Amino acid sequence: MKTTTRQFKDNARTALADTGLQSALDKMETGFVVNRANAAARLPEFEALRDQGRDIKNHTLEHLDFYLETFEANVQKAGGHVHWAATPEDARQIILDICRSVDAKTVTKGKSMIAEEIGLNEFLEENDIAPIETDLGEYIIQLRNEPPSHIIAPAIHVLKEQVADAFHEAHTDLDPGRSLEEPQALLDEARAILRQKYLDADVGITGANFLIAETGSSVIVTNEGNGDLTQTLPKIHIAVASLEKVVPTLEDASALLRLLARSATGQEFSSYTTFSTGPRRPEDPDGPEQYHVVLLDNGRADLLGTEVREVLRCIRCGACMNHCPVYGAVGGHAYGWVYPGPIGSVLTPTLIGVEEARHLPNASTFCGRCEAVCPMRIPLPKLMRHYREKAHEEKLTPAAERAGLGLWAFAARRPGLYRWAAGLVIRVLGALGRRRGRFASLPFASGWTRYRDLPAPQGQTFQQQWAARNGRRGRGA
Amino acid sequence: MSTTRPEVALFVTCLVDLFRPVVGFAAVELLEQAGCTVSVPEAQTCCGQPAFNSGDRVDAKTVAAQVIDAFEGFDYIVVPSGSCAGMLSKHYPELFEDDPAMADRARDFARRTYELMAFLVDVRGMTGLDAAYNGNVTYHDSCSGLRELGVKQQPRQLLASVEGLTLIELPGAERCCGFGGTFCVKYPDISNNMVGDKTTDIEKTGADTVLAGDLGCLMNMAGKLTRTGSSIRARHVAEVLAGMTDDPAIGEGQPE
Ligand code: SF4
Repeated sequence: MKTTTRQFKDNARTALADTGLQSALDKMETGFVVNRANAAARLPEFEALRDQGRDIKNHTLEHLDFYLETFEANVQKAGGHVHWAATPEDARQIILDICRSVDAKTVTKGKSMIAEEIGLNEFLEENDIAPIETDLGEYIIQLRNEPPSHIIAPAIHVLKEQVADAFHEAHTDLDPGRSLEEPQALLDEARAILRQKYLDADVGITGANFLIAETGSSVIVTNEGNGDLTQTLPKIHIAVASLEKVVPTLEDASALLRLLARSATGQEFSSYTTFSTGPRRPEDPDGPEQYHVVLLDNGRADLLGTEVREVLRCIRCGACMNHCPVYGAVGGHAYGWVYPGPIGSVLTPTLIGVEEARHLPNASTFCGRCEAVCPMRIPLPKLMRHYREKAHEEKLTPAAERAGLGLWAFAARRPGLYRWAAGLVIRVLGALGRRRGRFASLPFASGWTRYRDLPAPQGQTFQQQWAARNGRRGRGA
Repeated sequence: MSTTRPEVALFVTCLVDLFRPVVGFAAVELLEQAGCTVSVPEAQTCCGQPAFNSGDRVDAKTVAAQVIDAFEGFDYIVVPSGSCAGMLSKHYPELFEDDPAMADRARDFARRTYELMAFLVDVRGMTGLDAAYNGNVTYHDSCSGLRELGVKQQPRQLLASVEGLTLIELPGAERCCGFGGTFCVKYPDISNNMVGDKTTDIEKTGADTVLAGDLGCLMNMAGKLTRTGSSIRARHVAEVLAGMTDDPAIGEGQPE
C-alpha cells in the first residue's frame, strides 16, 4: 500500500476541510462510544475480563514459538497447510502461487487488515486475478478505489449518498433510474451482486481474528455473514494472519471474543463467529477442498522482548480510534497507511519505520482515552512516547523544535536565571496585554494565535509576588 | 478533617507562575484552610513535560531530579494541575525506573505528591468550604487529572458547597480540549478542531463560566472563547473555591 504518512499534516488539513467526512466522524461519539460504554456497564466482570485478556496474550507472547508450532501441527493434522511468510512480498507470493495452482480468475475476500498490510489486492490485480471484497464496507471502498479508514468500519468516512453514487457507477447492468436512497436498497443491491461472486470465485481469502493452537482453527467474526460464504463456497480457503493472532485454547479465544465485540461495537457477541478447522471432511455438507493459513511476521517477532512488545496484544477492536479525539477530527485516511488512530500511531512506526511515520506518535495530546478503553490494556501513549524518544535520539525532529526545546531545557535547569528572565518577559507581556487581557497575535506564537487568543499574563510571576508578599519564609526558601 | 498540621510544598507549575499567579495564591489559601503549612520552594521551574513529551528523556530526567531535590523533606507536594501532578507522581518513577540511585527517591516523592482537588478532599477530608460565586458554571475534566489520577468527583463535591453557584454538567466533559502541551502549536489545525468542538459544547450548556483544574486547558479554551466573541469566562476551579475571583477571568481585559 502506498503511504502518505509523511504528509500527515497536509492530509489532516484536507480532512478537516471535508464537510462530508466531518459529519460522518461526528456520529462516532454517539454511536460506538455510547454503545461500548453501555456494553461495558452491563457486564460486571468487564474489567476483570480485560485483565484476563491481557494475561492470555502476555502468556501467549512469552511462548509464541511453542503455540505457533502447536497451531501448525494441528492445522496439518486436520488436513490443512501452514505457510510462513517473513515479509509482505513472501506472503503475496505464497497466496499468488496457491491461486495459480487452481488457475483462479476471481477471489472473494473477507475483511482483512493483513491483506491491506501486504497490499494484496493490487498485487492480485497486477497478476490478472480479480479480488472481490465481500464485506459491505470493504466493497464500497473497493468501488471507490480507496483504502479503509477504520479497522472495523472501513467505509465509516463514506456518506450514504456517496455509496449510492458508487453503486450507480459500478453496477451498470442495473436500471440506471433505480432509487438507492434507502440504506435497505443499498444492502439488497450489494447482496444480490455479491451472491453471484461467491459462487464464481475460485479462492476465498479471509483474515483471522484468532488462531487457536489446540485445535488448529482460524476464527473470524463478522456482522454480515460474508466471511462464512467467502470461506466455505470456493474450492480453496486461505486465511492470512499475523503471528500474534494465535491463542492457546478455545477457552482463551472465547474470553477474547467477549472483549472484542463489546469493545468494538458494544455488541455482546458479533453476529457471526466462524471457526474453520482444515478442509471439508467427507461427512461435511460443505466447505473448501483446501485450507491454507499464511502466517505473516513482517517484523513482529523482533518486537518480542522489546519495549513495544505490548502492541502485539492488540485484537484490532478499533475502540482506541473510536475514542480518539485526533482520529475523530481527521479520520483514518490522514494517517496515511493501513492502521489509523492510536494503534496506528504505534504500529505504523513499528512496521514502516519512525522516519516515515514520525508525525503519528507526535500527533497526540496524550489524553489517555485510548488506553482507558483498550480491552487489552495496551499503554498506547507510553508506546507513542517511545517513538517520540526514538525520533529525538535519531534527530528526526525539525531543527526549530529542537532549538526551542534546547532553550527551554537550558532555562529550566537554572532556576535562578529562569526566575529572573521569566520575571522580565512576563512583566513586559503583562503590561502589553493588560488592557485587553489577551493577544490576538504575537511573534513566535503564531501556532497558538492563528486560531485562538493568547490570554495575557497577569503581570508579575507568582514567584515574584510570593517573595514580595511573604518574604522568603519557611523551608525550601 | 485531620488535626495534625502537615508541611505542604506548593508546586506552582510554570503556567501558573508565569500567566496566572492568582491560582497559586488560591491554592495556598485552600491549603491553609485545610490546615496545612504551605511553603513554596524557590528552585522550581517546570515539571519537565515539554521535554518528556517531546522524547527528550535526558533533559526530562535532569529537571525531574532537580524538582525531587527541591521538594525534599516536605510531607506533601501539592500541584494545582492534574497534568503536572501526573508527571510528578506517575512519570517521575517511570523515568528513574532503571536508575538505582534515584528510583526509591522518585517513588517516595511520587507517593507524597497530589493534585490540589484530590489532596483537599481525599487526604485532608475537606467536604465543603465557605465561598460564594454567583453564576452558572460548567466544568471540564482535564485529561491527565481525570485518567491518570482519578480526579472527577472531588472538585464537584467542593463546588457543590459554594454559595450561589450552580453546576451544569458539560456533555463530553471527559473529551480532550485539544491543548496537549506542545501539541496545540505543533498541530494547530487539529487542535483548533478539538477546541472548537469543546467551546461549542460549553456554549450549549448556557453556563456563564467554565472551570477546570488545569491552566493549559483553560488558556486554550479561554483563547478560543474570546476569539469567537463568546462572553463565557474561564477560571481555574481553585480561584472560585478560594473566593479569589476579583481579578479579570483568563483572557479578560482589565477595567480601566
Ligand atoms: S490497541 Fe487496543 S483498543 Fe486499539 S484496536 Fe488494539 S485492542 Fe483495540
